[in-house]
Amino acid sequence: MAPVWNQGTRGIHGLSKAVAPEDSQRKGRSLLQFLADHFYDVQALREYLLRKQVLKVHQKNRPFTHIKERFGPHAAGAYFILKQGGAVKFQGKEWIRPNTRGRFSLDFLKFPEVPVEAVDASGSAINYHGLDNLLALKELQSLWLRHCPHVDDWCLSRLHSLANSLQELSLAGCPRISERGLACLHHLQNLRRLDISDLPAVSNPGLTQILVEEMLPNCEVLGADWTQGLRLGPEEQSRDTASPIPA
Amino acid sequence: MLRRSLQFALGRDVLGRGLGTHRGGSTLDWNGKMSEIKKKIQSVLPGGAWTQLHDTSYLPPEHSDVYSQASTVLSVGGIRQQFSVPENIQLSLFSIDFLRNINEYLAVVDDPPLDIQFNPSGYLLLASEKGAAVLESNVRVQRQEGAKVCLMSPEQLRNKFPWINPEGVALASYGMEHEGWFDPWSLLQGLRRKVQSMGVLFCQGEVTRFVSSSNHAETPSGEEVTLKRVHEVHVKIDHSLEYQPVECAIVINAAGAWSGQIAELAGVGKGPPGTLQGTKLPVEPRKRYVYLWNCPQGPGLETPFVIDASGAYFRREGLGNNYLGGCSPTEEEEPDPENLEVDHEFFQDKVWPPLAQRVPAFESLKVRSAWAGYYDYNTFDQNGVVGPHPLVVNMYFATGFSGHGLQQAPAVGRAVAEMVLHGNFQTINLSPFLFNRFHLGEKVHEHNII
Repeated sequence: MAPVWNQGTRGIHGLSKAVAPEDSQRKGRSLLQFLADHFYDVQALREYLLRKQVLKVHQKNRPFTHIKERFGPHAAGAYFILKQGGAVKFQGKEWIRPNTRGRFSLDFLKFPEVPVEAVDASGSAINYHGLDNLLALKELQSLWLRHCPHVDDWCLSRLHSLANSLQELSLAGCPRISERGLACLHHLQNLRRLDISDLPAVSNPGLTQILVEEMLPNCEVLGADWTQGLRLGPEEQSRDTASPIPA
Repeated sequence: MLRRSLQFALGRDVLGRGLGTHRGGSTLDWNGKMSEIKKKIQSVLPGGAWTQLHDTSYLPPEHSDVYSQASTVLSVGGIRQQFSVPENIQLSLFSIDFLRNINEYLAVVDDPPLDIQFNPSGYLLLASEKGAAVLESNVRVQRQEGAKVCLMSPEQLRNKFPWINPEGVALASYGMEHEGWFDPWSLLQGLRRKVQSMGVLFCQGEVTRFVSSSNHAETPSGEEVTLKRVHEVHVKIDHSLEYQPVECAIVINAAGAWSGQIAELAGVGKGPPGTLQGTKLPVEPRKRYVYLWNCPQGPGLETPFVIDASGAYFRREGLGNNYLGGCSPTEEEEPDPENLEVDHEFFQDKVWPPLAQRVPAFESLKVRSAWAGYYDYNTFDQNGVVGPHPLVVNMYFATGFSGHGLQQAPAVGRAVAEMVLHGNFQTINLSPFLFNRFHLGEKVHEHNII
């Protein structure tokens, strides 16, 4: 399970241990950690680099207010998504994607009234704040947020404003989404297709899928196979469904 | 040297605040003055339901774990904006912001990020005919402050949550965002870890005495007042008769349920009744029970934190159809706060009937476990006390939150830090919560106390 956050700069950032198990922190103290423990300057440098990385994500998710004021929320949302490297489909038109160099045509600015129908923001750095741009798209029908490293439970709690129009949602592969965020999806009563496969932070994928299916009776839920929890013997099965009681 | 230049260069950090505005404020200036104050300040974590890290209660020596009776770790862990007092709503909004960005505020290099296990499922407050008007006006205030709350009629309730029996419910308010529950223990550990990494020293013991000096001053009307200043705190070490005198510049009373006792030790309330000297800190421990039960046919994953019109509440816990719940007893039925023993009869008589009436599936359930914790109950108006004491000049309060301390703790911490460093509240104006109101008799009454 590779940490998705810090692909470029593994060594420097402490947060690279995000999904590593406990004992790997104990063994193998690297040179950098040693230096950071003994020299304040190295520690400050690491903290600075850590903060810079967080700042970069925030910069990517900044709002484009001037576009919103001039061309309306649909155009602003589309511009935001395209800037992140995602794809946008307007009603009655084809998919617009940026090319390999990140450039895209600005034709959609000529038709500010045409609503956005589908958004594919898979793999982008969209986070809680960036979602502002998406939530303004009141006629959005399909939303794909596969493998987005910064989409977490908090983001899911905001999706209720798209409840009237959203019919398809895909959250496959997002490392920060857990079953607690999935509980917020019950607001999306018009949802017909939901993809919650491959969510590493969900503690019990089979049981979660059953509960989500119960919660959204009109929706087709793609996810972990419910027999996944049952591949162990009958004793293991009964222990699986009764979750541990916290103290 | 590199460190100082980096911190100077960084200036504004990610969310547009200055460097020194992380919680506690101890990284504000890197000159000698700050580090001296750091050494001298009793290290505390402000927040109503949190004990001071010097174990301040009169616990018997057997309780070596400082947090075993602390209200934080025994809390149900909910956070909501559905209050009636605007300051409470603002405090809660600030705290939810803090919790959302907790890994930016409390990041420690080389440590894994915190997972506070937040469930964003929202709160559902039900009101009968009597309380409907109050609920509606509360929702208006909440919306004005920026909370995302919507009103629901009994019909809408039945459609959205088919497991509810809306009989007797006139109106309901449902928080859509920024409300839910989380794990208080991980928040506590995260704060401790961060604060330790910034150089704060923790000590464990029991506060037995304050040594203070007095000064006389005259008010403009010619009256003489005695101003006190705490110089030393005697901290008794566990399992021994020895004590350590700790010199301090500032004392912050965040002792939760035992704040009243600590305040008395410092001389708050020692004077003729009716005067400012004689005004005690009206915070006392009140015992509350929490029960955990299992109900296989119970409400599903979408269940919010439901608070019934009768005062009984419950929420889901985990994936296995377990539920946590309880009810606050009336004034006459207050249990004795001497210990944390659980009364199971209370569940049978006072908690189960209203919940079973509201959620018919709860007619068959099985209680798995129960525990009790203290509210640091403010007998005056059930709202927090934040800010300095007018006479004991260097004592600040951050207590008395009567059951909603945990959700306001980060914001209160910020407020106390601003008070200590700047002398006034900057982010959220908590002047209605100052100590003076006990003497002046100005109640800040909160309707939505669970």
